[in-house]
Amino acid sequence: MKWVIAIIKPFKQDDVREALTAAGIQGITVSEVRGFGRQKGHTELYRGAEYQVDFLPKLKIEVAVDDDMVDATIEAIQKGAKTGKIGDGKIFVLDMSTAVRIRTGETGPSVL
Amino acid sequence: MKFSKRSLKASAFTGSLLLPSLAMAEDTLNSGDTAWMIVATALVLFMTIPGLSLFYAGMVRSKNVLSVLMQCFTITAVMSILWAVYGYSLAFGDGGSMNAYIGGMGKAFLSGVTVDSLSGSIPESVFLTFQMTFIIITPALIVGAFAERMKFSAMMIFMILWVTLVYAPVCHWVWGGGFMGADGVLDFAGGTVVHINAGVAGLVAALVLGKRKGFPSTAMPPHNLPLTVMGTGMLWVGWFGFNAGSELAADGAAGMAMLVTQLAAATSAVVWMLIEWMKHGKPSALGIVTGAVGGLVAITPASGFVGPMGAIAIGVAAGAICFLGATTLKRVMGYDDSLDAFGVHGIGGIVGAILTGVFAAPSLGGAGFADGKTMATQVWAQSQSVIITIVYCAIVSFIILKVLDAIMGLRVDEEEETMGLDLALHGERGYNN
Repeated sequence: MKWVIAIIKPFKQDDVREALTAAGIQGITVSEVRGFGRQKGHTELYRGAEYQVDFLPKLKIEVAVDDDMVDATIEAIQKGAKTGKIGDGKIFVLDMSTAVRIRTGETGPSVL
Repeated sequence: MKFSKRSLKASAFTGSLLLPSLAMAEDTLNSGDTAWMIVATALVLFMTIPGLSLFYAGMVRSKNVLSVLMQCFTITAVMSILWAVYGYSLAFGDGGSMNAYIGGMGKAFLSGVTVDSLSGSIPESVFLTFQMTFIIITPALIVGAFAERMKFSAMMIFMILWVTLVYAPVCHWVWGGGFMGADGVLDFAGGTVVHINAGVAGLVAALVLGKRKGFPSTAMPPHNLPLTVMGTGMLWVGWFGFNAGSELAADGAAGMAMLVTQLAAATSAVVWMLIEWMKHGKPSALGIVTGAVGGLVAITPASGFVGPMGAIAIGVAAGAICFLGATTLKRVMGYDDSLDAFGVHGIGGIVGAILTGVFAAPSLGGAGFADGKTMATQVWAQSQSVIITIVYCAIVSFIILKVLDAIMGLRVDEEEETMGLDLALHGERGYNN
């Protein structure tokens, strides 16, 4: 099982969700986060006072999938989140040891 | 040849002893004037609560939003009482041998103000309530300079002393029968009395209190610009009462004051926006609303004396010079006038007061100079009034602040400042989610 984490541009949320649904993903978790990468931040100007804003708003999408779904998941996120401009974000994949359904107590890939 | 009617009517109090027949001839109630002045009074109160309060509240950080709202609201309440107890008397009462400088206590506790007493063509109750809204907004303007760091207790005592020792005398000099009005200084609605006074007091307070912790290295962006934009809209609307109401009558001059107010504000807003657009690449909402306020400030002393094209010229000057005041001057001089009380009100007031002497010229569409004045002598009289106001206000404000600092301290401590004045001083938060 894998844990897929994607950091994307917030306005691409719906595109990514649709692409993941189309790929057969049953559930995702989304959080609003702030951060910076090579895109860096931006400047804001208030009555001549310039502020460097280092952290930009991003969206973090987390998806737990079985091994055979990893490539389809990555492809779907990439398809939904890509604009071709700097700041589109990144996808990280981690190994995941266990998954438990709280309601029934069952474990393993069938939970996902 | 037109003086502020405000000073003419104020002098009717003192003049009535000498010229009873003339005073009686003037003192006939006009219901049109009265109706307009009741509306104008409400409009000027609306400028402070909620107009100016929201304008300022949006610009501070969210942890201090209630503190500025609270300060403006408390000032409104306290100044209303103070005005009735002795403020009105000091500003508009008869000062006897000292009348050139300060009024007397003859009208303390509004002695003699009845349902039937008149001030010119309106009830004295309306006149004094209209003036009350001016002693409310002037100290409230100062709040912008020391926002986010002053103790609430020290702020209140400072404001009470300041209106007593600075606002009331300067108001008397210009409108209450004092020497400035007698010298032919043209200040229709309060360039010196309200805006230069508040701006200079704000600058002195910003210098005496020192910078906010972290200024200017830490980012302190406005927490809610929509509040600021809304507040500016309310200020702009209320300003019709401020300027057109200062005619104290519903007549042609009031109508012209309204027109020139609109044009100066609009021009200054556009000029500020264009300068910012050219200089920084983007036109900002905070920029255009600040420009509008700068134009409103600058047209204030001129509003009863200039024509529409003069108003546009004053708007151009106000937009450009206030832009420098709020963006460049503050940075170069290194003081922390948090919300630009000096940069906008002080600078805009000075620009307006001096240009009133230029654009009052009949050849430039104005209503004419004070008796016996030419453009040069009028500009000189205007400049003198500006300098005297700046010097007097700066010295007295400085002394009050230094004395209060020694007795009770002006600033909150560092922990309270970091926590935010809302929680530290008022025990509540502006936003609970």
